[in-house]
Amino acid sequence: MGEREYDASYQAPPAEVGEMELVHPRTFIGKYIWSQDAKVIAVQYMLTATAIGLVALVLSLVMRLQLGFPNTFSLIDPAEYLQSVSMHGMIMVVYLLTAFFLGGFGNYLIPLMCGARDMVFPYLNMLSYWFYLASVLILAAGFFVPGGASGAGWTLYPPQAISEGTPGVDGGIITMLVSLIVFIAGFTMGGLNYVATVLQARTRGMTLMRLPLTVWGIFMATVLALLAFPALFVACLMLLFDRLLGTSFFLPEMLGMTQEMAREGGSPILFQHLFWFFGHPEVYIVALPAFGIVSDLIATHARKNIFGYRMMVWALIMIGVLSFVVWAHHMFVSGMNPYFGFLFATTTLIIAVPTAIKVYNWVLTLWRGNIHFTLPMLFAIGFLFTFLNGGLSGLFLGNVTVDVPLSDTYFVVGHFHMVMAVAPILVVFGAIYHWYPKITGRMLDETLGKIHFWVTFLGTYLIYYPMHFIGLEGVPRRYYAYGETTFISESVQTLNAVITVAALVVAAAQLLFLFNLVWSYYRGREAGPNPWHATTLEWQTADTPPPHGNFGKELPVVYRWPYDYSVPGVKQDFIPQNVPPQAVEREP
Amino acid sequence: MTLALAFLALLMGGVGLWLLRQSLFVQPWVAESGGRPPPYPVPRRFTAPRVGLVAFMAVVTSLFALTISAYLMRMAEAPQWELLPQPSLLWGNTGILLVGSLALQYAWEGARSTRRARLQGGLAVGSLCSLAFLVGQYLVWRELVALGYYLDTHPASAFFVIMSGLHAVHLIGGLGAVALCLWRLAHGTSLAHLAEGVGLCTLYWHFLYVVWLVLFGVLFVGAGPLYALCR
Repeated sequence: MGEREYDASYQAPPAEVGEMELVHPRTFIGKYIWSQDAKVIAVQYMLTATAIGLVALVLSLVMRLQLGFPNTFSLIDPAEYLQSVSMHGMIMVVYLLTAFFLGGFGNYLIPLMCGARDMVFPYLNMLSYWFYLASVLILAAGFFVPGGASGAGWTLYPPQAISEGTPGVDGGIITMLVSLIVFIAGFTMGGLNYVATVLQARTRGMTLMRLPLTVWGIFMATVLALLAFPALFVACLMLLFDRLLGTSFFLPEMLGMTQEMAREGGSPILFQHLFWFFGHPEVYIVALPAFGIVSDLIATHARKNIFGYRMMVWALIMIGVLSFVVWAHHMFVSGMNPYFGFLFATTTLIIAVPTAIKVYNWVLTLWRGNIHFTLPMLFAIGFLFTFLNGGLSGLFLGNVTVDVPLSDTYFVVGHFHMVMAVAPILVVFGAIYHWYPKITGRMLDETLGKIHFWVTFLGTYLIYYPMHFIGLEGVPRRYYAYGETTFISESVQTLNAVITVAALVVAAAQLLFLFNLVWSYYRGREAGPNPWHATTLEWQTADTPPPHGNFGKELPVVYRWPYDYSVPGVKQDFIPQNVPPQAVEREP
Repeated sequence: MTLALAFLALLMGGVGLWLLRQSLFVQPWVAESGGRPPPYPVPRRFTAPRVGLVAFMAVVTSLFALTISAYLMRMAEAPQWELLPQPSLLWGNTGILLVGSLALQYAWEGARSTRRARLQGGLAVGSLCSLAFLVGQYLVWRELVALGYYLDTHPASAFFVIMSGLHAVHLIGGLGAVALCLWRLAHGTSLAHLAEGVGLCTLYWHFLYVVWLVLFGVLFVGAGPLYALCR
């Protein structure tokens, strides 16, 4: 945008900061397996998350086939249904979305966008990935232990999670808890890296207020995760003690009486508090990076500066802070004091304010922008709609009196899938279409991408929109079959069948996307260094894909914010962050 | 959870004020003027290890604040709750960890004033004291078991094991860092290079000492009044 007076003869010295000793291995294993390069680690994270995410996708299809055609397919029994629900939820929320956004995009983009050579603790970063891989393998091992995986739901509520009769109580719950503990330890190593790199390793000129919103989103999400994951860590550790050592942190007395050893009256509600103290910020751990990324996608592909940059940053911060004081809205039916419910309903609804600021700002950025309907932009707009719709049903559930009858029905399933499953995954796709050219040097195929977008976008609405109506009928979630239930009308079964067919089609579209990823890697069009004409530093690297160390001999120097698109009087419609004022070509 | 929230509010308040200073009256859309080089955005004293350690200590504080919150809630909701006895060895452990912490402080002074013997001695005494503390904690646990305070019958005992266990794991991690300093010292790294690492170890030890004091307070010394307050 505007520029102050400048001295045309002045040449700023190259950045002197952030120079660090990098380990440059020569072997294949050193380069791609035990790699300390954040970009390789990012790809490792993404591939692992995709692999385990596909397992969760298959689980959801198996469940849908059971629900849609209960007497046609007998792929799973009721216990396996519960195990599928639990593993699907846990994998998708923690091992796919959290890992993909923070481990994947965080690792790839933070050093590049901040103008750093690498993360500040590369060895710890490598260790973080290996912990993550170990946690995924331990979790997957749950399928193969005696009794199978845990069927306690992704929320793992005690006493059920560790009581006789729940599927997976023998081994599955143990692998699940150990896996989460390992995941959190690994994430902490990565998270410290992301935070320290953003705070410490920014290049010359890269003030906090010149950071792209992607970095802001990932940064705030990491801060939330670092502070909230300890709650899950403690909860898992205590539940593990209860299960293995016979302690009574969570197991109440009434239940203890019937088991081998009488326990001393633990508090199941305590677990719920700890779980949701993590669980609600987790929603934003997934959402904030999506918010950040979508801001950059919209600005770049609408060729317009983001509307209200400072407001966007502060909205991210406010959402982060508020997300810590709303956790009990997940527990309205746990018998809490009504005043407590009122308090948490209020804080919950207040979050709508900074969130609405963001939505308005995205829309205002699009307003009279030079919108290019590229694939990343399509996914960004898809996200806007989906997040808004999901958020609106959240207004219902945020109110105690409405939540109580809707709790544990399909309304909740529809709501949270819209707001924290479909919306963020649309951003993941948009971001992959946007940054794949930088990661591989080739463009993804546009036609395949468009088919992928439209099938996914419309298909997910076909899946989750009807669920709201099913929920309003009072159909409970986590049921294997409904049989002859009087209050459930026959049309519900028809809707369930429609949903299942839509889910199968959407899943097939994801295979098309995977095919596109592989095919384009070998046959895709050459991308060049900056195919989207973007301003941020990752597009200004000398080589594409960037080598270990990211930038050439000298680190870039930053002169401007990342949103100098369509600046009046300037020849090109974008000015990269590292272009000094005197080098900007102006119209005569 | 009030405790955890209070901690978070404090932390967020501090970070918020700092961010406000960074963003207030800043016009991000105005590009750098060419008359001066773009500023280096991070003060030089904010080295990566320092920033990393401070962030890590915030995470550890969150972990212990949440554990203590869980302890207080469990205490408040229990039908019956038996307070733990206070083995006198605990005071010994507290003392020896203090000596360890002070020894590291001594080592750090040594590194700063380039006195190798002081540094070596301080690090060695510091790590030995910490090891002695860990053994002492194990003995306290054994003593509680001998007195009949089992994990499955006494939730207070279970909380002691979880909290002191978590504390011990963090101390063992710190010992790894001290061992690395000693190894570097033996392999001829200059004292000036070591000073920062030793300084960070010292800070971490002081932090873990304070954490232990808080745990000692809530589990033993102040458990009675806390119990009365919770009920």
